[in-house]
Amino acid sequence: MSTISIEVVYRGIFQKSLAKNICRGIVLAARKENKVGTAFGRYGDSPERNGVPAKNFAVVSDTAEELEASLAKYEPNEVDVSIAVDDTLCKGVESWAWYGLQPINKLLKPNGTLLVTANRTPEDLLKHIHKKEYPYNLAIVKGMASFSGLWVYKDDHTDVRILGALLKICPGLVSFKSLEQAILEEWKNELKVTSARKSYESVSVRKVQPTEGSDEVPFEFEKPGWKEMKEGVAIPGIPLGKEYHSEATGQTGGYKPAVNPYYKKYSARTMRPVVLFDKCIKCTLCWLHCPDSCFDVTPDGHYDVRLESCTGCSICADVCPVDGCITMVNEAFFDDNASEYEAWKKDKTTYVASVTEKIKNPQATLRSHGYRHRGQYQEEIAQEKEASHGSKG
Amino acid sequence: MAAKAEIAGQAAKTPTDIEHEELISGSEAIAHAVSLADVDVITAYPIRPYDTVMQYVAKMIANGDFDCEFIVAESEHSQFEIVKHASAVGARVFCGSSGVGWMYAFEALTVTPALRIPMVAMVGNRALDDPGAFGVEHNDALAVRDLGWMLIWVDNAQEALDTALIAYRVAENRKVFLPCAICTDGAFLTHSQYSVKVPSKAQVDRFLPPYKRDDLLLHPDNPITIAPQVNEDWVMEIRKQNDEAMKRAKGVIAEAYREFKEVFGRDYTNSMFIEEYMTDDAEIVLLGMGTISMPARVTVRKLREQGKKIGFVRLKWLRPFPTEELRKSLARFKAVGVIDRDYSFGSPSDGGVVFNEVRAALYPLAKRPLMSGFIAGLGGREVTIENITQMVEMLEKSVQIGKAEPETHWIGVRE
Repeated sequence: MSTISIEVVYRGIFQKSLAKNICRGIVLAARKENKVGTAFGRYGDSPERNGVPAKNFAVVSDTAEELEASLAKYEPNEVDVSIAVDDTLCKGVESWAWYGLQPINKLLKPNGTLLVTANRTPEDLLKHIHKKEYPYNLAIVKGMASFSGLWVYKDDHTDVRILGALLKICPGLVSFKSLEQAILEEWKNELKVTSARKSYESVSVRKVQPTEGSDEVPFEFEKPGWKEMKEGVAIPGIPLGKEYHSEATGQTGGYKPAVNPYYKKYSARTMRPVVLFDKCIKCTLCWLHCPDSCFDVTPDGHYDVRLESCTGCSICADVCPVDGCITMVNEAFFDDNASEYEAWKKDKTTYVASVTEKIKNPQATLRSHGYRHRGQYQEEIAQEKEASHGSKG
Repeated sequence: MAAKAEIAGQAAKTPTDIEHEELISGSEAIAHAVSLADVDVITAYPIRPYDTVMQYVAKMIANGDFDCEFIVAESEHSQFEIVKHASAVGARVFCGSSGVGWMYAFEALTVTPALRIPMVAMVGNRALDDPGAFGVEHNDALAVRDLGWMLIWVDNAQEALDTALIAYRVAENRKVFLPCAICTDGAFLTHSQYSVKVPSKAQVDRFLPPYKRDDLLLHPDNPITIAPQVNEDWVMEIRKQNDEAMKRAKGVIAEAYREFKEVFGRDYTNSMFIEEYMTDDAEIVLLGMGTISMPARVTVRKLREQGKKIGFVRLKWLRPFPTEELRKSLARFKAVGVIDRDYSFGSPSDGGVVFNEVRAALYPLAKRPLMSGFIAGLGGREVTIENITQMVEMLEKSVQIGKAEPETHWIGVRE
């Protein structure tokens, strides 16, 4: 008598098919052993928006009666395994206004496993994963955030590599034989079985103690009762913005637009705009084009990204006419949402050195997670073809 | 799940009778049924959660697995009008909607039963606007409950598929000729994948006779006019005809379930209109429609471990309403709590729709249970085991004091 619950946390739309395939694979493999299961997406995440964190679930039980406790629900109360198919999700997820920031390990049971696809070390990931009050495991399947299954994106076997790893960390789920059968039936591809087996054999797992992880306290909100809410489906408007006050310079001026306090949005971000203020010509284009109004106008007329509102869409970097003024850098290279302008004003040399180091790091600026430049995918395919051709020759 | 139809004997199965299993959502299950029933005309207009059905139907057509006239209409109203006309000229039809989309089609929904059109529709139950929300609430489908639509709520994907086949058989029976809506809870049924046994085409062909409109067929060889304007000399008789058709539907439904068991092996004959769960020795029962049954049955099992004599009754067919079945079932209990995933503002006792209907049905009984109504799970809010335990405690209290007071409770609302 047992039930195993698994969640896949993914980037909305980009990884929708990948997450669905993983969850279907789990239930189909379990059916080979006459277990019963259900696979479903978190309904509230749909319609999905680009890059916004979303979830898919698979629940497998020995009997239909047991499974029933997991039905007619949006998500399980707790999970045996949380799978993050994008390492930047380790900073936590916020899907809608009022949800608050949910740690990536929020639903994990004691001694459960967080499985992440990443090219980073567990220690590097743990800088951003919130602390848990009890021990759990952290497993890594090596690889970039995959778009496998999205439109023309090629099948890179991330789905079965995760399924293979899952069997290693969750031995009670199903036998490899059952997974193999399910893979052959669902995907009709022997190579995918090989990929699953390799991943099964090579997945690395490490214990995480309650002392390890980020100390950040995730933000949360208490929803009002019906007596406190406005009648007539009316909600209060966002108040107007106010002058910007700089802690670093003591100056007041410019304009700080007000934003929705109940939705910070930054968990949608895989890359953030980094500004080299010395290069800025104050043309206002970033401020004008930002779809989320997240540029604060500083007292000296600079434009500072409000990182709690920035979804990392890269429009500011795309419209900026100055080469190298705004650069998109992977979220993994940052530990907070502190103001770039304030850091620059406080200590220009340190700020510029730190930013320049990141901008020069090809790993930090590679558009690998959410956003790509036009034609990037075709370039990648061509490169890969060339590489495979070379290896044969 | 626990109280599902059981597989009957394997007798008389030919090779073409082999069913296969698929991991599919409730919507996909209905799409499969529509394909197996070889529906001729399907109209579509997107609205969540109903739109998952049209996506699957479109996919089957694109893959070459299914052939039909698939018309994407420019509104829900047109969508239902198109299939109404197609049905009048002898086509088997399918359509559906959700929430305010269903309401936008309302004029078409009123004329469909009046013209004795055996349309089968799916309602992916969704809260009515405003506020715009995607979660399940039953008020959309309930809006047509007085018009001549047959309404059934299902609680799992297998039942959704099976019921869609039964719906065609019942609706297209010349004794009935009324539309039937299969109501499926948004998210919990429409968007969740389960293992479903998909029957073979040969089995479905044996179960489902061709749609024959006979004397009502709109065709040059059968010159008739339908839907003329009339005055007060005619309306009441027309209404009486529909009243009798709805009364006849009950017998046709029962016959369809018996035949279904013969052909497919799945046996719903003990739970045709209502499905009882752990009621044999129960003193207090809860009653509800749709997927509320899942947390309800889990709670019943938990409370029985504590020695409490609790049961659950799932109401499946709301139209035709199983008056006799409910009287027979509910008269045995000390208290009955009706869970409504709907509202009816200003109604008797400010209660939900199902509560007031069930309570009215029991009124003529000499011995009646105490009755309470629980408004819960609106807008798709999860109804938890804690919520249902709280309902049971309220019913226990009413048994102690011999009175249900207040008669209606809102459960799970943020005060």
